[in-house]
Amino acid sequence: MEKETVIEVKNLTKAYGAFKAVNDISFEVYKGEIFGFLGANGAGKTTAIKMLTGIITSTSGDGSVAGYNINKQRDKLKENIGYMSQKFSLYEDLTLMENVEFYGGIYGLSKKQIIDKATLMLDRLHMNHIKDTLISDIPLGWKQKIAFSVAIIHDPKIVFLDEPTSGVDPITRRQFWDLIYQAVEDGITVFVTTHYMDEAEYCDRISMMVDGEIYAIGSLQYLLNKYDSKTMDEVFIKIARG
Amino acid sequence: MKTFFAFVNKEFKHIFRDRRTLIILFGMPIVLVVLFGFAITTEINNAKIQVVDLANDVYSTKLINKIKASGYFSVKEDTKNINDIERIFQDGKVKLAVVIPQSFSKDLINTNYAQIQIITDATDPNTSNIITSYLSAVFKQFEMEEGYTLSTNLEINTRMKYNPLNKSVYMFVPGVMTIILMLVSAMMTSITVAREKELGTMEILLVSPLKPSIIILGKIVPYLVLSLINAMTILLLGLFVFDMPMLGSYLLLFTEIFIFVLASLILGLLISTVSNSQQTAMLLSLMGLMLPTILLSGFIFPISSMPKILQYTSDIIPAKWFIIIIKSVMLKGVGITYIWKETLILIGIAIFLLVLTIKKFKVRLE
Repeated sequence: MEKETVIEVKNLTKAYGAFKAVNDISFEVYKGEIFGFLGANGAGKTTAIKMLTGIITSTSGDGSVAGYNINKQRDKLKENIGYMSQKFSLYEDLTLMENVEFYGGIYGLSKKQIIDKATLMLDRLHMNHIKDTLISDIPLGWKQKIAFSVAIIHDPKIVFLDEPTSGVDPITRRQFWDLIYQAVEDGITVFVTTHYMDEAEYCDRISMMVDGEIYAIGSLQYLLNKYDSKTMDEVFIKIARG
Repeated sequence: MKTFFAFVNKEFKHIFRDRRTLIILFGMPIVLVVLFGFAITTEINNAKIQVVDLANDVYSTKLINKIKASGYFSVKEDTKNINDIERIFQDGKVKLAVVIPQSFSKDLINTNYAQIQIITDATDPNTSNIITSYLSAVFKQFEMEEGYTLSTNLEINTRMKYNPLNKSVYMFVPGVMTIILMLVSAMMTSITVAREKELGTMEILLVSPLKPSIIILGKIVPYLVLSLINAMTILLLGLFVFDMPMLGSYLLLFTEIFIFVLASLILGLLISTVSNSQQTAMLLSLMGLMLPTILLSGFIFPISSMPKILQYTSDIIPAKWFIIIIKSVMLKGVGITYIWKETLILIGIAIFLLVLTIKKFKVRLE
């Protein structure tokens, strides 16, 4: 079966003066997969994700996401992607339900669509009892799940998760990954950055980024074999040492 | 449009749940206007003045008794030498001296016309001003009672010592109203955007299909409504607590307030594009706006006496134009034909700031 490409990036570069935060990266992401975008802090992951989500323009190179050019068709692109930042950005002074209404609203969903979505989402999260609770009164791990559900409320083709699990305990992390699998079942492609190397095993394919460049890309097994390692940590250390 | 309403709806929720914003919004202006207002409209009671009576005749004595009888002044007459005035002022207790010339009675009788000199210590120009106007009233009364009904009979020659330029006390209330309206408006929008940045929600908004212009408009509209309510409060305080006259058209006044508030709100948004935390935004709008505005709007210091470079700088301060407008409408009762130039400048500044803000918003994304 021919794989459908949803993200295609060619020679993408972002330079700030002489410093190249992202240096000539090329890769593809296929429909329905979980693509792990791994790298240490400061490797250029966030810069890359900002170019893919249309927040910043690339210095050179090109790419398309969900079939739309990342520099020229941003409006269309933005309608078709979801995004969750590492801060689980929800409005603390609004209730869970009000946050859902707001994010649904700015993506142009109708009142009815929002209610349907919210009902489904609250059921899945088992959070019906706190739908009128202020976000500031909800624990961090729960907020993270809500933030993710809100990021995919408009059924995007692709969801970008920027370090979605930072600062969360391992059990909650595991539960969070269950939510990601659920989204994949619903037909959403997941693009996730992380610096937890052990999370790589949850991904279908992984890219390893060091100093703005992609050093390796492939399935977990492929990378382990290539670098003759037992864990992703080892792979990372070997790549980082060059 | 739907996305815009979702945005505005959210903003109103923020406003009503955030006590701090509400306090800034309604508490601060009232406190500031009352504080500023009362601090500058001091009543005169027992003001110490020096009378140097060089004439020492019937009319001069009558005049001095008149001054004493008014109850506003405590009169010192311990010198007949005008050269002592300098020393007396330097002691600092006396703020004003009246010099009655030797030929006072003679002039009045022969020519129907006499001169009195008032010298004031203008290191404290407002007090001096107030005392002078109280004193002038006493002189007027004297003219009436003595039958010299023409106001030109007595020529009062006021010399403001140490500060040759001085403006009317009516300057203050419009000035205070202007500055507070501006500060509060700018502070509100700058803080609200900075808060989105602090919480990281701005990132989400930028990834969403919302256009920067919708975000900017969505931030302006709710605060425009609140600022206008605020303006009403300040205006009512000015009218009823400080007895500001209102001679012009209310419609014109509200239109001008609308334009000025809009410019201030946009200014706040512009500030927010360079500040990443609420504290920075607050300090920037407080310090960055308050000082130049107070110094260069003509509110306290007359612009005409500034060096040329500062005079040109003052032209880009929106408050300067609004003070001119509000004074013209309220005190002089003029129509748009007299202030269309200032109004256009204000609109121009607002549009310029808006374009700059939208640009800045976009540049940030690059």
